[in-house]
Amino acid sequence: MNTQNPKRDTKPKITERRRFLTIMAQSVGLSALGGLIWTGYVEEAKATPLLLRPPGAVPEKDFLRMCIKCGQCAEACPYDTLIIAKPGDGRPMGTPYFIPRDIPCYMCTDIPCVPVCPTGALDQKSVSREENGKEVLDINKAKMGLAVIDTESCVAYWGIQCDACYRACPILGEAITIDYIRNERTGKHAKLVPIVHADHCTGCGLCEHACVTEKAAIFVLPREVAMGKPGDYYVKGWSEKDQERIKQRDLSKLQTKTERSEKRAQDYLNMDEGLFDE
Amino acid sequence: MSKIFKMRYLILRRLTQIGLLFLYFSANAYGWKVLTGTLSSSTLFQTVPLADPFAILQMLSAGAVMGIDVFIGAAIVVIFYGIIGGRAFCSWVCPVNMVTDLANWLRRKLLLDKAERKVWVSRNARYWVLVLSLIVSAITGVAAFELVSPITIFNRGVIFGMGMTGAVLLAIFLFDLFGVKNGWCGHICPLGGAYSLIGRFSLVRVRHNEPNCTLCMKCKEVCPESEVLFMIGKESTTVNMGECVNCARCIEVCDDDALGFSIRDFATSKAKGEKR
Repeated sequence: MNTQNPKRDTKPKITERRRFLTIMAQSVGLSALGGLIWTGYVEEAKATPLLLRPPGAVPEKDFLRMCIKCGQCAEACPYDTLIIAKPGDGRPMGTPYFIPRDIPCYMCTDIPCVPVCPTGALDQKSVSREENGKEVLDINKAKMGLAVIDTESCVAYWGIQCDACYRACPILGEAITIDYIRNERTGKHAKLVPIVHADHCTGCGLCEHACVTEKAAIFVLPREVAMGKPGDYYVKGWSEKDQERIKQRDLSKLQTKTERSEKRAQDYLNMDEGLFDE
Repeated sequence: MSKIFKMRYLILRRLTQIGLLFLYFSANAYGWKVLTGTLSSSTLFQTVPLADPFAILQMLSAGAVMGIDVFIGAAIVVIFYGIIGGRAFCSWVCPVNMVTDLANWLRRKLLLDKAERKVWVSRNARYWVLVLSLIVSAITGVAAFELVSPITIFNRGVIFGMGMTGAVLLAIFLFDLFGVKNGWCGHICPLGGAYSLIGRFSLVRVRHNEPNCTLCMKCKEVCPESEVLFMIGKESTTVNMGECVNCARCIEVCDDDALGFSIRDFATSKAKGEKR
Protein backbone atom coordinates (compact mmCIF):
# COMPACT_ATOMS: atom_id res chain seq x y z
CA MET A 1 0.00 0.00 0.00
CA ASN A 2 1.25 3.40 -0.93
CA THR A 3 0.54 5.64 2.04
CA GLN A 4 2.22 8.75 0.68
CA ASN A 5 0.03 9.01 -2.36
CA PRO A 6 -3.29 7.22 -1.90
CA LYS A 7 -4.56 8.53 -5.25
CA ARG A 8 -2.11 6.39 -7.15
CA ASP A 9 -3.88 3.23 -6.10
CA THR A 10 -7.26 4.35 -7.38
CA LYS A 11 -5.86 4.53 -10.90
CA PRO A 12 -7.40 1.70 -12.92
CA LYS A 13 -4.88 -0.96 -13.73
CA ILE A 14 -4.60 -2.09 -17.34
CA THR A 15 -4.63 -5.85 -17.11
CA GLU A 16 -3.78 -8.11 -20.03
CA ARG A 17 -7.44 -8.98 -20.36
CA ARG A 18 -8.44 -5.35 -20.36
CA ARG A 19 -5.79 -4.51 -22.96
CA PHE A 20 -7.05 -7.31 -25.19
CA LEU A 21 -10.66 -6.18 -24.92
CA THR A 22 -9.71 -2.56 -25.57
CA ILE A 23 -7.75 -3.46 -28.68
CA MET A 24 -10.62 -5.63 -29.92
CA ALA A 25 -13.09 -2.81 -29.31
CA GLN A 26 -10.82 -0.36 -31.13
CA SER A 27 -10.38 -2.63 -34.11
CA VAL A 28 -14.07 -3.46 -34.37
CA GLY A 29 -15.00 0.20 -33.99
CA LEU A 30 -12.56 1.34 -36.66
CA SER A 31 -13.71 -1.47 -38.95
CA ALA A 32 -17.31 -0.43 -38.47
CA LEU A 33 -16.40 3.16 -39.34
CA GLY A 34 -14.48 2.05 -42.41
CA GLY A 35 -17.27 -0.32 -43.38
CA LEU A 36 -19.89 2.42 -43.18
CA ILE A 37 -17.89 4.77 -45.41
CA TRP A 38 -17.11 1.95 -47.81
CA THR A 39 -20.74 0.82 -47.96
CA GLY A 40 -21.82 4.37 -48.62
CA TYR A 41 -19.36 4.68 -51.46
CA VAL A 42 -20.39 1.38 -53.04
CA GLU A 43 -24.10 2.18 -52.80
CA GLU A 44 -23.41 5.54 -54.43
CA ALA A 45 -21.22 4.02 -57.13
CA LYS A 46 -23.80 1.48 -58.25
CA ALA A 47 -26.69 3.94 -58.35
CA THR A 48 -26.58 4.62 -62.08
CA PRO A 49 -29.90 3.53 -63.55
CA LEU A 50 -29.30 4.80 -67.09
CA LEU A 51 -26.69 2.28 -68.21
CA LEU A 52 -27.17 0.06 -71.22
CA ARG A 53 -25.67 -3.38 -70.66
CA PRO A 54 -24.47 -5.91 -73.26
CA PRO A 55 -26.97 -8.39 -74.77
CA GLY A 56 -28.06 -11.17 -72.46
CA ALA A 57 -27.24 -9.18 -69.34
CA VAL A 58 -29.17 -10.39 -66.31
CA PRO A 59 -31.24 -7.76 -64.42
CA GLU A 60 -29.07 -4.88 -63.20
CA LYS A 61 -29.04 -5.86 -59.53
CA ASP A 62 -27.86 -9.39 -60.32
CA PHE A 63 -25.57 -8.09 -63.01
CA LEU A 64 -23.63 -5.95 -60.53
CA ARG A 65 -23.41 -8.99 -58.30
CA MET A 66 -22.21 -11.39 -60.98
CA CYS A 67 -20.00 -9.26 -63.24
CA ILE A 68 -16.39 -10.04 -62.31
CA LYS A 69 -15.16 -7.02 -64.33
CA CYS A 70 -12.86 -9.04 -66.56
CA GLY A 71 -13.75 -7.12 -69.70
CA GLN A 72 -13.76 -10.21 -71.90
CA CYS A 73 -17.09 -9.16 -73.41
CA ALA A 74 -15.60 -5.83 -74.46
CA GLU A 75 -12.57 -7.58 -75.96
CA ALA A 76 -14.79 -9.99 -77.88
CA CYS A 77 -16.89 -7.20 -79.39
CA PRO A 78 -15.64 -6.64 -82.96
CA TYR A 79 -17.10 -3.13 -83.16
CA ASP A 80 -15.64 -1.78 -79.88
CA THR A 81 -19.20 -1.09 -78.82
CA LEU A 82 -18.71 -2.09 -75.21
CA ILE A 83 -16.92 0.32 -72.91
CA ILE A 84 -15.45 -0.67 -69.54
CA ALA A 85 -16.21 1.95 -66.89
CA LYS A 86 -13.04 3.58 -65.56
CA PRO A 87 -12.50 5.79 -62.53
CA GLY A 88 -13.92 9.21 -63.35
CA ASP A 89 -16.73 7.84 -65.48
CA GLY A 90 -19.09 7.91 -62.52
CA ARG A 91 -20.33 4.42 -63.32
CA PRO A 92 -19.83 1.12 -61.49
CA MET A 93 -16.14 0.63 -62.08
CA GLY A 94 -15.05 -2.11 -64.44
CA THR A 95 -18.52 -3.02 -65.69
CA PRO A 96 -19.35 -3.00 -69.41
CA TYR A 97 -21.86 -0.63 -70.99
CA PHE A 98 -22.41 1.05 -74.33
CA ILE A 99 -23.43 4.44 -75.67
CA PRO A 100 -25.49 3.86 -78.85
CA ARG A 101 -25.08 7.41 -80.16
CA ASP A 102 -21.31 6.75 -80.31
CA ILE A 103 -21.22 3.08 -81.24
CA PRO A 104 -24.44 1.04 -81.23
CA CYS A 105 -24.69 -2.73 -80.90
CA TYR A 106 -24.52 -4.16 -84.42
CA MET A 107 -26.30 -7.33 -83.33
CA CYS A 108 -23.81 -9.95 -84.55
CA THR A 109 -25.62 -13.23 -85.17
CA ASP A 110 -22.95 -15.18 -83.26
CA ILE A 111 -23.07 -12.71 -80.32
CA PRO A 112 -19.34 -13.00 -79.48
CA CYS A 113 -19.65 -11.01 -76.27
CA VAL A 114 -21.99 -13.42 -74.49
CA PRO A 115 -20.34 -16.89 -74.49
CA VAL A 116 -17.01 -15.48 -73.24
CA CYS A 117 -18.58 -14.29 -69.99
CA PRO A 118 -17.11 -16.56 -67.31
CA THR A 119 -19.65 -15.88 -64.58
CA GLY A 120 -22.93 -15.95 -66.47
CA ALA A 121 -23.62 -12.25 -65.89
CA LEU A 122 -24.34 -12.35 -69.61
CA ASP A 123 -26.85 -15.18 -69.80
CA GLN A 124 -26.54 -17.21 -72.98
CA LYS A 125 -29.97 -18.77 -72.47
CA SER A 126 -31.74 -15.44 -72.62
CA VAL A 127 -30.42 -14.84 -76.15
CA SER A 128 -31.01 -18.35 -77.46
CA ARG A 129 -33.96 -20.07 -79.01
CA GLU A 130 -34.64 -23.74 -79.41
CA GLU A 131 -34.30 -25.16 -82.90
CA ASN A 132 -34.63 -28.91 -83.55
CA GLY A 133 -33.98 -29.55 -79.88
CA LYS A 134 -30.78 -27.52 -79.95
CA GLU A 135 -30.06 -24.13 -78.43
CA VAL A 136 -29.26 -21.62 -81.15
CA LEU A 137 -28.07 -18.10 -80.47
CA ASP A 138 -30.63 -15.51 -81.50
CA ILE A 139 -29.65 -11.88 -81.03
CA ASN A 140 -33.20 -10.79 -81.81
CA LYS A 141 -34.18 -12.04 -78.37
CA ALA A 142 -31.83 -9.55 -76.69
CA LYS A 143 -33.45 -6.96 -74.46
CA MET A 144 -30.70 -4.40 -73.91
CA GLY A 145 -33.09 -1.49 -73.73
CA LEU A 146 -36.01 0.14 -75.49
CA ALA A 147 -35.98 2.91 -78.07
CA VAL A 148 -38.07 5.90 -77.09
CA ILE A 149 -39.14 8.65 -79.50
CA ASP A 150 -39.36 12.27 -78.45
CA THR A 151 -42.19 13.18 -80.82
CA GLU A 152 -41.59 16.90 -80.21
CA SER A 153 -38.13 16.86 -81.72
CA CYS A 154 -38.57 14.07 -84.26
CA VAL A 155 -38.73 15.83 -87.64
CA ALA A 156 -40.94 13.07 -89.07
CA TYR A 157 -43.59 14.12 -86.55
CA TRP A 158 -43.18 17.70 -87.82
CA GLY A 159 -44.13 16.47 -91.26
CA ILE A 160 -40.63 16.50 -92.72
CA GLN A 161 -39.94 13.24 -94.47
CA CYS A 162 -37.38 11.14 -92.59
CA ASP A 163 -37.20 7.43 -92.03
CA ALA A 164 -33.55 7.16 -90.94
CA CYS A 165 -34.33 5.19 -87.79
CA TYR A 166 -36.79 2.92 -89.57
CA ARG A 167 -34.20 2.08 -92.25
CA ALA A 168 -31.43 1.57 -89.68
CA CYS A 169 -33.43 -0.86 -87.58
CA PRO A 170 -32.20 -4.45 -87.97
CA ILE A 171 -35.70 -5.72 -87.19
CA LEU A 172 -37.23 -3.25 -89.61
CA GLY A 173 -40.96 -3.46 -89.88
CA GLU A 174 -41.32 -5.15 -86.52
CA ALA A 175 -39.40 -3.16 -83.92
CA ILE A 176 -40.07 0.11 -85.76
CA THR A 177 -43.02 0.58 -88.09
CA ILE A 178 -44.13 3.64 -90.02
CA ASP A 179 -47.56 5.06 -89.38
CA TYR A 180 -49.33 7.37 -91.83
CA ILE A 181 -51.07 10.19 -90.05
CA ARG A 182 -52.82 13.22 -91.48
CA ASN A 183 -50.83 16.44 -91.60
CA GLU A 184 -53.39 18.84 -90.11
CA ARG A 185 -51.23 21.88 -90.90
CA THR A 186 -51.23 21.48 -94.68
CA GLY A 187 -54.44 19.53 -94.79
CA LYS A 188 -53.37 17.49 -97.79
CA HIS A 189 -50.19 15.65 -96.83
CA ALA A 190 -49.42 12.61 -94.75
CA LYS A 191 -46.83 12.41 -92.02
CA LEU A 192 -44.81 9.21 -92.06
CA VAL A 193 -44.03 8.73 -88.39
CA PRO A 194 -41.97 5.99 -86.77
CA ILE A 195 -43.48 3.90 -83.96
CA VAL A 196 -41.43 1.62 -81.69
CA HIS A 197 -42.83 -1.73 -80.59
CA ALA A 198 -41.46 -2.94 -77.27
CA ASP A 199 -42.13 -6.61 -78.05
CA HIS A 200 -39.52 -6.66 -80.78
CA CYS A 201 -37.13 -3.80 -79.94
CA THR A 202 -33.80 -5.13 -78.67
CA GLY A 203 -32.36 -1.76 -77.70
CA CYS A 204 -29.39 -2.09 -80.02
CA GLY A 205 -29.42 1.65 -80.63
CA LEU A 206 -28.82 1.59 -84.38
CA CYS A 207 -31.82 3.94 -84.68
CA GLU A 208 -30.32 6.36 -82.15
CA HIS A 209 -27.03 6.19 -84.04
CA ALA A 210 -28.78 6.93 -87.35
CA CYS A 211 -31.07 9.70 -86.14
CA VAL A 212 -30.50 12.87 -88.15
CA THR A 213 -31.30 15.43 -85.45
CA GLU A 214 -28.51 17.21 -83.61
CA LYS A 215 -29.31 15.32 -80.43
CA ALA A 216 -31.07 12.06 -81.23
CA ALA A 217 -34.87 12.28 -81.12
CA ILE A 218 -35.02 8.50 -80.78
CA PHE A 219 -32.88 7.07 -78.01
CA VAL A 220 -32.47 3.85 -76.10
CA LEU A 221 -33.25 3.70 -72.41
CA PRO A 222 -33.04 0.71 -70.09
CA ARG A 223 -36.39 -1.06 -70.27
CA GLU A 224 -37.17 -0.53 -66.59
CA VAL A 225 -36.76 3.21 -67.15
CA ALA A 226 -38.49 3.42 -70.52
CA MET A 227 -41.57 1.34 -69.80
CA GLY A 228 -44.62 1.93 -67.66
CA LYS A 229 -46.64 -0.78 -66.02
CA PRO A 230 -50.46 -0.87 -66.16
CA GLY A 231 -50.71 -3.41 -63.36
CA ASP A 232 -53.33 -6.16 -63.52
CA TYR A 233 -56.33 -3.89 -62.86
CA TYR A 234 -56.91 -2.92 -66.47
CA VAL A 235 -58.16 -5.55 -68.87
CA LYS A 236 -58.11 -5.42 -72.63
CA GLY A 237 -61.76 -5.96 -73.45
CA TRP A 238 -60.92 -6.72 -77.06
CA SER A 239 -58.53 -9.52 -76.22
CA GLU A 240 -60.04 -12.89 -75.45
CA LYS A 241 -56.93 -14.00 -73.63
CA ASP A 242 -56.94 -10.91 -71.44
CA GLN A 243 -60.67 -11.37 -70.79
CA GLU A 244 -59.87 -14.61 -69.05
CA ARG A 245 -58.27 -12.61 -66.28
CA ILE A 246 -61.61 -11.05 -65.28
CA LYS A 247 -62.97 -14.43 -64.33
CA GLN A 248 -60.01 -15.16 -62.13
CA ARG A 249 -60.23 -11.85 -60.34
CA ASP A 250 -61.44 -11.71 -56.75
CA LEU A 251 -63.04 -8.28 -56.32
CA SER A 252 -63.42 -8.67 -52.56
CA LYS A 253 -59.67 -8.34 -52.27
CA LEU A 254 -59.55 -5.18 -54.39
CA GLN A 255 -57.75 -2.34 -52.67
CA THR A 256 -58.36 1.25 -53.70
CA LYS A 257 -56.95 4.51 -52.39
CA THR A 258 -60.34 6.08 -51.69
CA GLU A 259 -63.30 4.08 -50.48
CA ARG A 260 -65.08 2.20 -53.23
CA SER A 261 -68.59 3.44 -53.96
CA GLU A 262 -71.39 0.93 -53.37
CA LYS A 263 -73.49 2.54 -56.14
CA ARG A 264 -73.79 1.03 -59.56
CA ALA A 265 -72.46 2.72 -62.67
CA GLN A 266 -75.98 3.63 -63.89
CA ASP A 267 -76.78 5.43 -60.66
CA TYR A 268 -73.82 7.69 -61.19
CA LEU A 269 -74.74 8.41 -64.81
CA ASN A 270 -78.39 9.25 -63.97
CA MET A 271 -77.46 11.63 -61.20
CA ASP A 272 -77.22 15.20 -62.44
CA GLU A 273 -76.37 16.94 -59.18
CA GLY A 274 -72.64 16.32 -59.29
CA LEU A 275 -72.30 17.71 -62.78
CA PHE A 276 -73.88 21.15 -62.32
CA ASP A 277 -73.06 24.04 -60.08
CA GLU A 278 -75.97 25.33 -58.02
CA MET B 1 27.75 -7.37 -65.35
CA SER B 2 27.80 -8.25 -61.70
CA LYS B 3 25.48 -5.33 -61.13
CA ILE B 4 22.95 -6.90 -63.44
CA PHE B 5 23.45 -10.22 -61.69
CA LYS B 6 22.66 -8.46 -58.43
CA MET B 7 19.33 -7.42 -59.89
CA ARG B 8 18.49 -10.61 -61.75
CA TYR B 9 15.25 -11.34 -59.90
CA LEU B 10 14.21 -7.70 -59.94
CA ILE B 11 14.67 -7.60 -63.72
CA LEU B 12 12.80 -10.90 -64.10
CA ARG B 13 9.97 -9.62 -61.94
CA ARG B 14 9.61 -6.42 -63.91
CA LEU B 15 9.69 -8.43 -67.12
CA THR B 16 6.86 -10.72 -65.96
CA GLN B 17 4.82 -7.81 -64.61
CA ILE B 18 5.16 -5.72 -67.74
CA GLY B 19 4.98 -8.78 -70.00
CA LEU B 20 1.68 -9.88 -68.48
CA LEU B 21 0.30 -6.35 -68.75
CA PHE B 22 1.37 -6.31 -72.39
CA LEU B 23 -0.28 -9.67 -73.09
CA TYR B 24 -3.52 -8.41 -71.54
CA PHE B 25 -3.22 -5.17 -73.49
CA SER B 26 -2.53 -6.94 -76.78
CA ALA B 27 -5.61 -9.14 -76.35
CA ASN B 28 -7.74 -6.03 -76.61
CA ALA B 29 -5.58 -3.95 -78.94
CA TYR B 30 -4.33 -6.54 -81.44
CA GLY B 31 -6.69 -9.42 -80.79
CA TRP B 32 -4.00 -11.83 -79.58
CA LYS B 33 -5.62 -14.71 -77.79
CA VAL B 34 -2.81 -15.53 -75.36
CA LEU B 35 -4.28 -13.94 -72.27
CA THR B 36 -7.73 -12.38 -72.58
CA GLY B 37 -9.57 -10.64 -69.79
CA THR B 38 -8.10 -8.92 -66.76
CA LEU B 39 -6.50 -9.93 -63.49
CA SER B 40 -9.93 -10.55 -61.96
CA SER B 41 -10.72 -13.23 -64.52
CA SER B 42 -8.96 -14.24 -67.70
CA THR B 43 -8.65 -17.02 -70.23
CA LEU B 44 -5.28 -18.48 -71.21
CA PHE B 45 -5.03 -19.54 -74.87
CA GLN B 46 -8.84 -19.41 -75.08
CA THR B 47 -9.12 -22.59 -73.00
CA VAL B 48 -7.69 -22.38 -69.48
CA PRO B 49 -9.85 -20.21 -67.22
CA LEU B 50 -8.15 -18.19 -64.50
CA ALA B 51 -9.93 -16.23 -61.80
CA ASP B 52 -9.09 -14.21 -58.74
CA PRO B 53 -10.15 -16.36 -55.77
CA PHE B 54 -10.63 -13.33 -53.53
CA ALA B 55 -12.95 -11.71 -56.09
CA ILE B 56 -14.96 -14.95 -56.25
CA LEU B 57 -15.16 -15.00 -52.47
CA GLN B 58 -16.52 -11.45 -52.43
CA MET B 59 -19.05 -12.24 -55.14
CA LEU B 60 -20.21 -15.31 -53.25
CA SER B 61 -20.66 -13.23 -50.13
CA ALA B 62 -22.58 -10.70 -52.26
CA GLY B 63 -24.93 -13.56 -53.13
CA ALA B 64 -24.00 -14.17 -56.77
CA VAL B 65 -24.82 -17.45 -58.45
CA MET B 66 -22.10 -17.98 -61.02
CA GLY B 67 -21.02 -20.26 -63.82
CA ILE B 68 -18.57 -23.10 -63.26
CA ASP B 69 -15.76 -21.48 -65.29
CA VAL B 70 -14.72 -19.01 -62.64
CA PHE B 71 -14.61 -21.66 -59.94
CA ILE B 72 -12.27 -23.81 -62.03
CA GLY B 73 -10.21 -20.69 -62.72
CA ALA B 74 -10.03 -19.79 -59.05
CA ALA B 75 -9.06 -23.37 -58.15
CA ILE B 76 -6.20 -23.29 -60.65
CA VAL B 77 -4.93 -20.02 -59.20
CA VAL B 78 -5.22 -21.27 -55.61
CA ILE B 79 -3.33 -24.47 -56.40
CA PHE B 80 -0.64 -22.55 -58.31
CA TYR B 81 0.06 -20.03 -55.55
CA GLY B 82 -0.46 -22.69 -52.91
CA ILE B 83 2.62 -24.40 -54.33
CA ILE B 84 4.65 -21.47 -55.69
CA GLY B 85 5.20 -19.55 -52.63
CA GLY B 86 3.23 -17.17 -50.53
CA ARG B 87 2.38 -13.91 -52.12
CA ALA B 88 4.33 -14.47 -55.34
CA PHE B 89 1.34 -12.85 -57.06
CA CYS B 90 2.07 -9.59 -55.26
CA SER B 91 5.67 -9.25 -56.35
CA TRP B 92 5.66 -11.04 -59.69
CA VAL B 93 2.26 -10.22 -61.20
CA CYS B 94 0.49 -7.33 -59.46
CA PRO B 95 1.14 -4.09 -61.38
CA VAL B 96 0.63 -1.91 -58.29
CA ASN B 97 3.81 -3.51 -56.93
CA MET B 98 5.79 -1.38 -59.39
CA VAL B 99 4.27 1.79 -57.93
CA THR B 100 4.82 0.79 -54.32
CA ASP B 101 8.35 -0.44 -55.02
CA LEU B 102 9.14 2.94 -56.58
CA ALA B 103 7.77 4.71 -53.52
CA ASN B 104 9.77 2.43 -51.26
CA TRP B 105 12.96 2.96 -53.24
CA LEU B 106 12.49 6.73 -53.08
CA ARG B 107 11.83 6.42 -49.36
CA ARG B 108 15.23 4.81 -48.89
CA LYS B 109 17.01 7.30 -51.18
CA LEU B 110 15.44 10.30 -49.46
CA LEU B 111 16.13 8.77 -46.02
CA LEU B 112 12.45 9.11 -45.14
CA ASP B 113 12.68 5.92 -43.11
CA LYS B 114 15.16 7.48 -40.75
CA ALA B 115 12.80 10.21 -39.66
CA GLU B 116 10.34 9.61 -36.90
CA ARG B 117 7.30 7.63 -37.99
CA LYS B 118 4.05 9.34 -37.22
CA VAL B 119 1.47 7.15 -38.90
CA TRP B 120 1.15 3.61 -37.65
CA VAL B 121 -0.99 0.87 -39.12
CA SER B 122 -0.83 -2.73 -38.00
CA ARG B 123 0.46 -5.33 -40.43
CA ASN B 124 -2.64 -7.29 -39.51
CA ALA B 125 -4.93 -4.48 -40.70
CA ARG B 126 -5.13 -6.20 -44.10
CA TYR B 127 -6.90 -9.17 -42.52
CA TRP B 128 -9.42 -6.81 -40.99
CA VAL B 129 -9.87 -5.18 -44.40
CA LEU B 130 -10.27 -8.66 -45.91
CA VAL B 131 -13.06 -9.58 -43.51
CA LEU B 132 -14.55 -6.10 -43.89
CA SER B 133 -14.65 -6.39 -47.67
CA LEU B 134 -16.62 -9.63 -47.36
CA ILE B 135 -19.06 -7.99 -44.95
CA VAL B 136 -19.48 -4.90 -47.13
CA SER B 137 -19.98 -7.18 -50.15
CA ALA B 138 -22.74 -9.01 -48.30
CA ILE B 139 -24.44 -5.71 -47.35
CA THR B 140 -24.22 -3.98 -50.72
CA GLY B 141 -24.62 -7.01 -52.98
CA VAL B 142 -21.55 -6.03 -55.01
CA ALA B 143 -17.98 -7.32 -54.82
CA ALA B 144 -16.88 -4.41 -52.65
CA PHE B 145 -13.10 -4.52 -52.93
CA GLU B 146 -13.30 -5.12 -56.68
CA LEU B 147 -15.08 -1.78 -56.95
CA VAL B 148 -12.17 0.10 -55.37
CA SER B 149 -9.24 -2.25 -56.02
CA PRO B 150 -6.34 -0.25 -57.51
CA ILE B 151 -4.90 -3.53 -58.79
CA THR B 152 -7.65 -4.26 -61.27
CA ILE B 153 -8.22 -0.55 -61.88
CA PHE B 154 -4.58 -0.23 -62.99
CA ASN B 155 -4.81 -3.48 -64.94
CA ARG B 156 -8.00 -2.41 -66.74
CA GLY B 157 -6.56 1.07 -67.22
CA VAL B 158 -3.71 -0.36 -69.27
CA ILE B 159 -6.09 -2.52 -71.30
CA PHE B 160 -9.11 -0.27 -71.81
CA GLY B 161 -7.84 3.27 -71.22
CA MET B 162 -6.69 5.02 -68.08
CA GLY B 163 -9.30 7.68 -67.29
CA MET B 164 -8.59 8.85 -63.75
CA THR B 165 -6.57 5.74 -62.88
CA GLY B 166 -3.48 7.91 -62.42
CA ALA B 167 -5.07 9.64 -59.44
CA VAL B 168 -5.69 6.31 -57.72
CA LEU B 169 -2.10 5.22 -58.25
CA LEU B 170 -0.73 8.60 -57.16
CA ALA B 171 -2.70 8.30 -53.93
CA ILE B 172 -1.09 4.93 -53.20
CA PHE B 173 2.34 6.25 -54.18
CA LEU B 174 2.05 9.21 -51.81
CA PHE B 175 0.68 7.02 -49.02
CA ASP B 176 3.62 4.65 -49.32
CA LEU B 177 6.17 7.44 -49.74
CA PHE B 178 5.12 9.83 -46.99
CA GLY B 179 2.66 7.78 -44.96
CA VAL B 180 3.44 4.26 -43.92
CA LYS B 181 6.42 2.25 -45.19
CA ASN B 182 5.00 -0.44 -47.47
CA GLY B 183 1.65 0.98 -46.41
CA TRP B 184 -0.54 -0.34 -49.18
CA CYS B 185 0.94 -3.77 -49.91
CA GLY B 186 2.15 -4.56 -46.43
CA HIS B 187 -0.68 -3.23 -44.33
CA ILE B 188 -3.94 -2.54 -46.19
CA CYS B 189 -4.35 -4.60 -49.35
CA PRO B 190 -6.78 -7.46 -48.62
CA LEU B 191 -5.76 -9.28 -51.78
CA GLY B 192 -2.25 -9.52 -50.37
CA GLY B 193 -3.82 -10.81 -47.17
CA ALA B 194 -5.78 -13.41 -49.11
CA TYR B 195 -2.68 -14.60 -50.94
CA SER B 196 -0.67 -14.81 -47.73
CA LEU B 197 -3.36 -17.14 -46.41
CA ILE B 198 -3.37 -19.16 -49.64
CA GLY B 199 0.44 -19.43 -49.67
CA ARG B 200 0.84 -20.18 -45.99
CA PHE B 201 1.98 -23.75 -46.66
CA SER B 202 3.57 -23.31 -50.07
CA LEU B 203 6.75 -25.10 -51.07
CA VAL B 204 9.06 -22.59 -52.78
CA ARG B 205 10.73 -20.58 -50.03
CA VAL B 206 13.64 -18.28 -49.32
CA ARG B 207 16.25 -20.06 -47.18
CA HIS B 208 18.61 -18.48 -44.69
CA ASN B 209 22.03 -20.03 -44.18
CA GLU B 210 23.10 -18.71 -40.80
CA PRO B 211 26.86 -19.52 -40.84
CA ASN B 212 27.33 -17.28 -43.89
CA CYS B 213 25.49 -14.31 -42.38
CA THR B 214 27.61 -11.29 -41.43
CA LEU B 215 24.69 -9.41 -39.89
CA CYS B 216 24.91 -6.53 -42.38
CA MET B 217 21.07 -6.36 -42.33
CA LYS B 218 20.87 -5.30 -45.98
CA CYS B 219 18.16 -7.94 -46.47
CA LYS B 220 16.01 -6.56 -43.68
CA GLU B 221 16.42 -3.04 -45.04
CA VAL B 222 15.21 -4.00 -48.49
CA CYS B 223 12.52 -6.49 -47.48
CA PRO B 224 8.96 -5.20 -47.90
CA GLU B 225 7.76 -7.56 -45.17
CA SER B 226 10.80 -7.44 -42.90
CA GLU B 227 9.00 -9.26 -40.09
CA VAL B 228 9.32 -12.53 -42.02
CA LEU B 229 13.13 -12.30 -41.78
CA PHE B 230 13.17 -12.66 -37.99
CA MET B 231 15.71 -15.53 -38.22
CA ILE B 232 18.49 -13.51 -39.86
CA GLY B 233 21.76 -14.21 -38.06
CA LYS B 234 20.00 -16.50 -35.60
CA GLU B 235 19.32 -19.82 -37.21
CA SER B 236 19.37 -21.61 -40.56
CA THR B 237 15.82 -22.12 -41.73
CA THR B 238 13.38 -21.25 -44.49
CA VAL B 239 11.13 -18.22 -44.44
CA ASN B 240 7.83 -19.89 -43.73
CA MET B 241 5.42 -17.03 -43.09
CA GLY B 242 2.71 -16.51 -45.66
CA GLU B 243 3.40 -12.77 -45.72
CA CYS B 244 6.69 -13.28 -47.62
CA VAL B 245 6.15 -12.09 -51.21
CA ASN B 246 8.96 -14.22 -52.67
CA CYS B 247 10.37 -11.15 -54.42
CA ALA B 248 13.93 -12.38 -53.80
CA ARG B 249 15.28 -8.89 -53.12
CA CYS B 250 16.93 -10.23 -49.95
CA ILE B 251 18.73 -12.89 -52.00
CA GLU B 252 20.04 -10.25 -54.39
CA VAL B 253 21.30 -7.75 -51.86
CA CYS B 254 23.02 -10.39 -49.74
CA ASP B 255 26.76 -10.23 -50.46
CA ASP B 256 27.59 -13.26 -48.36
CA ASP B 257 25.46 -15.94 -49.99
CA ALA B 258 23.44 -16.38 -46.82
CA LEU B 259 20.09 -16.40 -48.61
CA GLY B 260 18.71 -18.34 -51.56
CA PHE B 261 15.63 -20.04 -52.95
CA SER B 262 14.89 -23.48 -51.63
CA ILE B 263 12.09 -25.88 -50.91
CA ARG B 264 10.25 -25.37 -47.66
CA ASP B 265 12.07 -26.90 -44.74
CA PHE B 266 9.44 -29.00 -43.03
CA ALA B 267 11.78 -30.47 -40.45
CA THR B 268 12.92 -27.21 -38.87
CA SER B 269 9.56 -25.52 -39.15
CA LYS B 270 8.00 -28.42 -37.30
CA ALA B 271 10.69 -28.36 -34.63
CA LYS B 272 10.17 -24.65 -34.33
CA GLY B 273 6.46 -25.13 -33.92
CA GLU B 274 7.13 -27.44 -30.97
CA LYS B 275 9.49 -24.94 -29.38
CA ARG B 276 6.85 -22.26 -29.56
